Amino acid sequence: MTTAINLSIRQVEVVTNIVNTMQALPGALLPILHAVQDKLGYIPPASLPLVAEGLNLSRAEVHGVVSFYHYFRSTPAGNHTIQICRAESCQAMGARALESHAKKTLNIDYQQTTADGDITLEPVYCLGNCACSPAIRIGDDVHGHVDTDKFDQLVSTLRTHVVEVK
Amino acid sequence: MNSFTGPTVYIPRDTTALSLGSDKVARSIQQIADEKSLPLHIVRNGSRGLYWLEPMIEVQTERGRIAYGPVTEDEVENFMAAECWLENKNHPLYLGPTEDIPYLKNQQRLTFSRVGIIDPLAIDEYCALDGFAGLHKALQDSPQEIVSTVTESGLRGRGGAAFPTGIKWQTVLNTPADQKYIVCNADEGDSGTYADRMIMESDPFCLIEGMTIAGLAVGATQGYIYLREEYPLAEQVLRDAITIATANNYLGNNILGSSKAFAIEVRLGAGAYICGEETALLESLEGKRGMVRAKPPLPAIHGLWQQPTVVNNVISLASVPIILSRGANYYKDFGMGNSRGTLPFQLAGNIKRAGLVELAFGPTLNSLLHDFGGGTRTGKPMKAVQVGGPLGAYLPAQQWDIELDYEAFIDIDAVLGHGGIVAFDDSVDMSEQARFSMEFCAVESCGKCTPCRIGSIRGVEVIDKICNGERVEANTELLEELCETMIHGSLCAMGGMTPFPVMSALKHFPEDFSSSVSRSSTGLERV
Repeated sequence: MTTAINLSIRQVEVVTNIVNTMQALPGALLPILHAVQDKLGYIPPASLPLVAEGLNLSRAEVHGVVSFYHYFRSTPAGNHTIQICRAESCQAMGARALESHAKKTLNIDYQQTTADGDITLEPVYCLGNCACSPAIRIGDDVHGHVDTDKFDQLVSTLRTHVVEVK
Repeated sequence: MNSFTGPTVYIPRDTTALSLGSDKVARSIQQIADEKSLPLHIVRNGSRGLYWLEPMIEVQTERGRIAYGPVTEDEVENFMAAECWLENKNHPLYLGPTEDIPYLKNQQRLTFSRVGIIDPLAIDEYCALDGFAGLHKALQDSPQEIVSTVTESGLRGRGGAAFPTGIKWQTVLNTPADQKYIVCNADEGDSGTYADRMIMESDPFCLIEGMTIAGLAVGATQGYIYLREEYPLAEQVLRDAITIATANNYLGNNILGSSKAFAIEVRLGAGAYICGEETALLESLEGKRGMVRAKPPLPAIHGLWQQPTVVNNVISLASVPIILSRGANYYKDFGMGNSRGTLPFQLAGNIKRAGLVELAFGPTLNSLLHDFGGGTRTGKPMKAVQVGGPLGAYLPAQQWDIELDYEAFIDIDAVLGHGGIVAFDDSVDMSEQARFSMEFCAVESCGKCTPCRIGSIRGVEVIDKICNGERVEANTELLEELCETMIHGSLCAMGGMTPFPVMSALKHFPEDFSSSVSRSSTGLERV
């Protein structure tokens, strides 16, 4: 029996639809998890039994996969996710200073979200933008040559944008 | 489009050009053109890979394409006021004919021959520049003939392991099975590398053609591109390109009327570096944790869902079309020793002229770092260079005159890998870099084997002790022993090669490990 406590009706619908549509794919688990995270913003732990049942897997197996991959998240992120590249090319151009600046100005550590729920900070290991280090990614947009000034500018644009939307 | 008579302006839209604002530049140019009623034809090409000049705009003139760069958003108004769509030699950003820019002119672009020239999704432009010529040849050849051509070309795996591609294909061809697979490893996670991304974003049909030829060669009808999640633009371009190629019968059940079938699907990774290792990648494709498999059995015999599988890197597969269309000897004539053909070197990190340099094997690092790269971007002396990604050794200046060749690098305990070259100036603290290598291994280890899973964590601790001046001699010896254990006892290159950057840093820059060096604490925290 499937139990999906703590999921909203919409979430149950979304996950069930995804599982029904994709379960026949060979190696369907990762595509399903991607689709769930794309739709819901994260993979609610309470959705795992639905996925497991659809693929004839144990809940532990699904949890094992979700927890293995850095990209999959079990809690919602903020309105914006900023990834800072920590890899060598960016280190060579000041990524260490950039990441400490980011943590300080946002007053959060990696994997945390600002108190207003606006910005989540994550580390990333290479965005393939190594010719223009340091690089960061906001949503699907990559930015190059990001020094502390440019970082502040980008963050303030994000914050302004949210106010406008509201 | 063909009837268009106005001036043509090329504005790149690969990830790096976009990261420098090329979308905004394109919008501004379009807007000004509209205001002035100029019939400009804007083409969004890929990038030529001259990244220090991006956004690099090209205009079509009677004497070929003329480049300007970097044309940032702030420069657009001036660019348009100066009528740069005509050749304006007096403009401060004028670079002359693109093909005459020494950085590009001095390259040998085989795999990257179309990159940055065409609109990546314009299949007619692809065909006009020899696109699908390799596939046409492959459709006339027998599977064995295709495999033999690839074997004779001397092509070796460009992902880093440098295993002869033809031998891998031969094994899959010789292994009978109802279903075989072609898997493209597009999990380009090595820092300092972006060649795969460039092919996928700027010339996706080339990869599709290479995979299709591989399918014809070994008898596989299904291909998967395992793409890292960090490349959203590549994903979009590849999906579009697959749709277009299928609609034009370059993919599908009856490729160009030959009754041969091949299909490609893009699958996304989820931020796990280890999935660039071929067996972890296969596990991931099967929907599991990316845990490394013990080898043997080889993926060529028991690969995806235990079926015979070719697992090749993007650049290996994208090099196949030209090998088929021009012949094995044409390709083999480039290069040196047992490193045949070309390698797209990627200049990254602290370097003045960062970008992609495709050359036959054999140039020295010095020529890449200085003749092409122009030294550091910060203007300070260059201190160390890491070649081949996070598992590659750090090389000091005295090793920069060694020729870039697979075997020459193995001789100095280094690797060429995927051709990524990351430069550091003299502000780098090599003990921090060594520590980071161990830390990265701890974060990204799949956890299956002990030397990698635990060794990396102990490695971080021991390096800290050395840097704090605790029993330096004994702990250095311990670190060396730990590295030996990781090299010989790990299941895959993750644990087996992490010691390369660590030991090279310790060997060539011992002064940085002294406890008297003042350190920033910023890079030393665990995540």
